[in-house]
Amino acid sequence: MKGVFNLDKTIENNKKVNVRELIEQNKRSVTITTVLEKLMPKILFTIATISILTTAGILFTLLTETIEFFKDVPFIEFFTGTVLKPLGEHAQFGVLPLLTGTLISSAIAMLVAIPIGLMTAIYLSEYASDKVRRALKPMLEILAGIPTIVYGFFAFTFVTPLLTNIIPSLQPTNILSPGIVMGIMIIPMVASLSEDAMSSVPNSMREGALALGATRLEVTWKVVVPAAISGIIASFVLGISRAIGETMIVTIASGSSKNFTFDVTQSMQTMTAYIVEVTGGDAPAGSTLYFSLYAVAMTLFVFTLVMNLFAQYISRKFREEY
Amino acid sequence: MKHVDTALVKKRMGSRLFINNLGKTLFLLATLFGLVVLVVLIYRVFSQSIGWIDIDFLMNKLSTDPNRAGIQGAVAGTLWLMLVVAPVTMLLGVGTAIYLEEYAQKGRIQSFIQTNITNLAGVPSIVFGLLGLTLFVRGLNLGSIILAGGLTMALLVLPVVVVASQEAIRAVPQFLREASYGMGATKWQTIKNVVLPAAIPGILTGLILALSRAIGETAPLVVIGIPALIIPIPDSVFDKFTVMPMQIYYWTIDSALVSEYANLAAATIVILLLILFLMNSIAIVIRNKFQRRF
Repeated sequence: MKGVFNLDKTIENNKKVNVRELIEQNKRSVTITTVLEKLMPKILFTIATISILTTAGILFTLLTETIEFFKDVPFIEFFTGTVLKPLGEHAQFGVLPLLTGTLISSAIAMLVAIPIGLMTAIYLSEYASDKVRRALKPMLEILAGIPTIVYGFFAFTFVTPLLTNIIPSLQPTNILSPGIVMGIMIIPMVASLSEDAMSSVPNSMREGALALGATRLEVTWKVVVPAAISGIIASFVLGISRAIGETMIVTIASGSSKNFTFDVTQSMQTMTAYIVEVTGGDAPAGSTLYFSLYAVAMTLFVFTLVMNLFAQYISRKFREEY
Repeated sequence: MKHVDTALVKKRMGSRLFINNLGKTLFLLATLFGLVVLVVLIYRVFSQSIGWIDIDFLMNKLSTDPNRAGIQGAVAGTLWLMLVVAPVTMLLGVGTAIYLEEYAQKGRIQSFIQTNITNLAGVPSIVFGLLGLTLFVRGLNLGSIILAGGLTMALLVLPVVVVASQEAIRAVPQFLREASYGMGATKWQTIKNVVLPAAIPGILTGLILALSRAIGETAPLVVIGIPALIIPIPDSVFDKFTVMPMQIYYWTIDSALVSEYANLAAATIVILLLILFLMNSIAIVIRNKFQRRF
């Protein structure tokens, strides 16, 4: 705007206009626009670094406090100890009860989420008509959007009593019920990621197999799923990572017994539930109990990070390009 | 020479078709399983809340007496929390997205930030809670106030807003930018006057999705130490507070002692789900109405 305006005025005054000079002049002049132009990239870069600072902050807090923890409790004892008794005189900090709790609940969740999620994905991608797909997908999105605390309530007040009818020895708080509900929570994630992977398999491959006389199921099982396997496996790994990090469902429905057992009808504590219990109990800063929080969180963080990186690696490395 | 043994094909055709149909039924049933669970869950929650949701429930303060307990404080706390989360994530998220899409050179720094955001999205929410506890509650000595909770939540949902904003900015066609440059606009003027207005529906949709994640998130707030019973209603970001999911949490674990607490929890869930439903409807309306296709 400014350049054009100047130009008109100078023409009225019958002066010669050197456009190049005008541009140079404009460039040299310090206005809000030129200052902003120089400043904005720097401001935006600073904002963008905040996400990096967040990661750095997480790593820094976890690491410093974890190192403090390992000054009190030997590394070996933490990872091989089968007794977790954080309070009292002879406190023992073995992480194995929490690890088994986490792994068992995640395993139960994946036993539910992988078959049902994958079958849902196959149905949506290979069998459903456009109309059916458009009706069913929002349902999955709703299921994915329900807060985990609601699932926790559902596990505690509905699924556990329901399961007690089938397994009378089930404890009021147990690992089975939150495991199943966690699986239900993860179904939409596995389903939609796997469906994305299968939908990107080109139609020509399906048509080729169909033309050779394969049935729909054979096409799905022998052509589409193998072609999309990297995306499907990545969805499983992300699902496991989600199950390991899930907090509220297990906190509510699995109680806080630090049992070292493989009996799913018993109450077990996961790593996440331990963090909730200890922070809720106001651990005095500087105590071993307080530092144990960070050691457990560090273990949790490493587990989920490795899973996430693994998922990214799989989907990058083994992606079939068509 | 016979390439195909017709008799064999015919013999096996029946079972192949049968397995095919069996598979189809099985896949359909698996898909419907999710639907059934959803229906049961919503039915359970609604049926348990019947008779418990009324004006008193919404307007009363927290109480240990189930018949007098209300969620005014929790609703107010949730709204206050959103007042912190929304501007902070909007600023950080959109800023990061603009930098990554418009300014950053393709290279190490850009891919480093991008990978970092992807990984941040996969960090369990409870770890963010510990970050908030260490950094905001203890480090800056803020205590368990709305500001500390809000900043923690903002960092937690940041990746959602960044990714949504990036997609929205990327969808703005290049010719709009070039037209703007052609008119003599500078880069920032182009972003401010052309790119952002065109991308705003997508950005807003992402923001609403991020907020609906933040509204339902419980774990980080438990970790930063929101107490079980808070009677006063907060009136600034420096007040202590509680939110609806926290209320649901405490009522659910106490329902073993007082069975009416389960009804209160269900009633709170209904209100929470209604708010989430409303927010998602707004997001869908924005997406459908204002999203321009170029």
